[in-house]
Amino acid sequence: MQPAHGGEISAAGSATRRSSGARARWLTGVAVAAVLLSSCAKGVSEVPESADNEYGPNASMSGSLQVMGFGAGDEIATTRLDLAKKAISPATVKLVEGDLDVQQFLSAVASGKPPAVVYANRDQIGTFASRGAIIPLDKCIAGEGIAMADFRDAAVAQVTLNGKVYGIPEFNQVQVTQASGELLKRAGLTIADVNGSSWEKVTAANEKLAKRDGGKIKVIGYDSKLPEFLPLWAKAIGADMISADGKTAQLNDPKVVQALEFAVNIYEAQGGFGKVKAYRDSADFFGSKNQFAINTLGAMPMEQWYINVLNDVSPDAPMAFDTFRTPEGKTLAFASGSAWAIPKGSVSPAAACRFAKTMTAVDSWKAAATVRAKKRAAEKKPFTGVLTGNKTADAEIKAMVKPIGDDKWDSGVAAVYEANDSTFALPANPADAEFKSAWQDAVNRVLNGQQQPQAAMDKAQKEAQAALDKAWAGFKE
Amino acid sequence: MTASSTSTGPRPARLRRGRYSRSQKQDIRAALLFISPWILGFLIFTAWPVIYSAYLSLTDYDVINAPNFIGLDNYRELLADPKIALSLWNTLYFTLIQVPVYVVVSLAFALLLNQAGRSAGFFRTAFFLPKMTPPVAVGILLLLLFNGQSGLINTVLGWFGIAGPAWTTDPDWVKPGLILISLWSVGSSVIILLAALRNVPTELYDSARVDGANWWQQTLKITVPMISGSIFFIFIVHSIAAFQTFSEAYTAFFGSGNSTYSNDAALFYAIYLFQQAFEYLHMGYASAMAWVLFVIILVITLIQMKVSKRFVYLEGDQR
Repeated sequence: MQPAHGGEISAAGSATRRSSGARARWLTGVAVAAVLLSSCAKGVSEVPESADNEYGPNASMSGSLQVMGFGAGDEIATTRLDLAKKAISPATVKLVEGDLDVQQFLSAVASGKPPAVVYANRDQIGTFASRGAIIPLDKCIAGEGIAMADFRDAAVAQVTLNGKVYGIPEFNQVQVTQASGELLKRAGLTIADVNGSSWEKVTAANEKLAKRDGGKIKVIGYDSKLPEFLPLWAKAIGADMISADGKTAQLNDPKVVQALEFAVNIYEAQGGFGKVKAYRDSADFFGSKNQFAINTLGAMPMEQWYINVLNDVSPDAPMAFDTFRTPEGKTLAFASGSAWAIPKGSVSPAAACRFAKTMTAVDSWKAAATVRAKKRAAEKKPFTGVLTGNKTADAEIKAMVKPIGDDKWDSGVAAVYEANDSTFALPANPADAEFKSAWQDAVNRVLNGQQQPQAAMDKAQKEAQAALDKAWAGFKE
Repeated sequence: MTASSTSTGPRPARLRRGRYSRSQKQDIRAALLFISPWILGFLIFTAWPVIYSAYLSLTDYDVINAPNFIGLDNYRELLADPKIALSLWNTLYFTLIQVPVYVVVSLAFALLLNQAGRSAGFFRTAFFLPKMTPPVAVGILLLLLFNGQSGLINTVLGWFGIAGPAWTTDPDWVKPGLILISLWSVGSSVIILLAALRNVPTELYDSARVDGANWWQQTLKITVPMISGSIFFIFIVHSIAAFQTFSEAYTAFFGSGNSTYSNDAALFYAIYLFQQAFEYLHMGYASAMAWVLFVIILVITLIQMKVSKRFVYLEGDQR
């Protein structure tokens, strides 16, 4: 067919050009998408190592040090922060306040713009280290002369993966037995009946202390604090829930199952976990009418910070304290805390290292504790000390603690310091979150009546070991 | 009117000769310019992440290290993961009960408000206010209202001699509790249905009354069919939302420091996806989960659309 006139030829030619142009645009689009996809894939792993990797007195300090995950919320934080700022001068500090947002942190590392230093829970360090998000601190420790021997062994174990230290620990949370002296007295019991030194006595005390009216609980006899304190109960009879190298889960160890059965039975004897939990949740936990102040809780193992809360809001509460004890009578506590780590690609590892060193130095802790003690004195409140995660600093600060003049509170402070000397922790591993989730979910299934202890821990063992195996297989030093 | 006159009038120049006139080109350029902020936002913040997540679903990716292509391994792993089945079951249970209950309660409140007369304005605001509560606060509210020992719900049940369950700790009652608390935000749907009710022609009711129809018959035979389009809209939107339910359950049972609450009964699919992505850093696996959820929602929505053709009356529809 002949074209009728030139206009149509032009239109046809133009259509052909448009058609081939459209194809070209599509091909270009696909190519661009492919390049973008592959560039996204490659870019994240190519975080540059900073050239500034000289640590020690001669290291140069410059620029702005971004600190992620640390909040300067009280005098313990601000006093140390001021000292750390001086130590890294002329470099400056920029805080990204609030709890560490893991996603934000990892994204920052992946994009090549990580913070200079990061403040994390110690149980997150293994996961960060295994993924290459933070660097080993052996050069930092050697260069700055950080005395790692001063730190608590359990705290160091939590930041050590595959033999390398990835974090400088600070703070220690420990548990002590906290009880209502009034309820113990009424039931003809003593603190020794509920401190864990005899599980038979704890069971008997629980039954004596607990009070129910119809279907409702009026007094919780003993709260074994599951699921979070299962590691404490298990360790009390000699079971470790994970091997020391962090590679093997031991969740269905017969002793772990035994500990779980005991702690769950404490709730069963009171009508079940659901009822105890519901009653616990209805309490004014942080207020002046807390469970101890109004005599609705017999005893429980609890972290030391709660002693300060109780002392603040209900100084007249009839408290009784002791450490948590093993059946052999030895003091035991399950430690947790925080740590400083240096991200891969940190703009100034040397300044970050100096910063971490200063924040955790004995002199910094002493200065902070002095400010706290003065502040408490001004408020006419007792200074009960600070658990730093550093043995030398703890000893120095303990010397600053003066007797409160009230036996019950003094015994509480003494119990805290005794517990602080007898801690253990779950060692670092590259699947911290999955491991914790596996055993806590298992405990919850037992508490909720969905599974028996042995079956629950068998399932948890499989889940945890699978997660550990996979994570260790992908571990990149 | 414009659309119909365009469709019945002469064919536009573009269709006839395959090119735009100068004024049309100017209009198109102007239109593209005006919507370009949205298009850019959509491409960068929605389309690209969706496409990229499809790629990630075929990789092992932990945010830090480069994605490692593993083909369909994530999808195979999904089939073997018992928590996928558990979370899907929890989500399906929640959706199948929550959506009908939500729609019925919304309709009931809308019908009541429609009778409210002068005070309707006050009640509209009162019903809508709870919708403004952040989901996290609703999660906390759940723990307070549904506390088995001292919660308001069990206290009220107690007045009638009913011993309420342990809503927040008994696995059998966790999901019913979440379904009930989801009705907290029923206000927005009530407003939509109320607007639809106001548009039903009153002549229809007048005729029905002349024929002797009572209120119930009028509701079933006139009101519901006439507002079926709005009911269907609420039904489909809330079905999609129910499949992605997250905030209230996560706050109440999985939030920071809530390990004691953590409970398989409240493990919805979106929560497990979040755990995989942001707690365990299995981004590839989580992306595969997201695509599976997308397909499930797509299939169910298509089925709903198909079924709706039999039951939904849309104004101007000739069926």
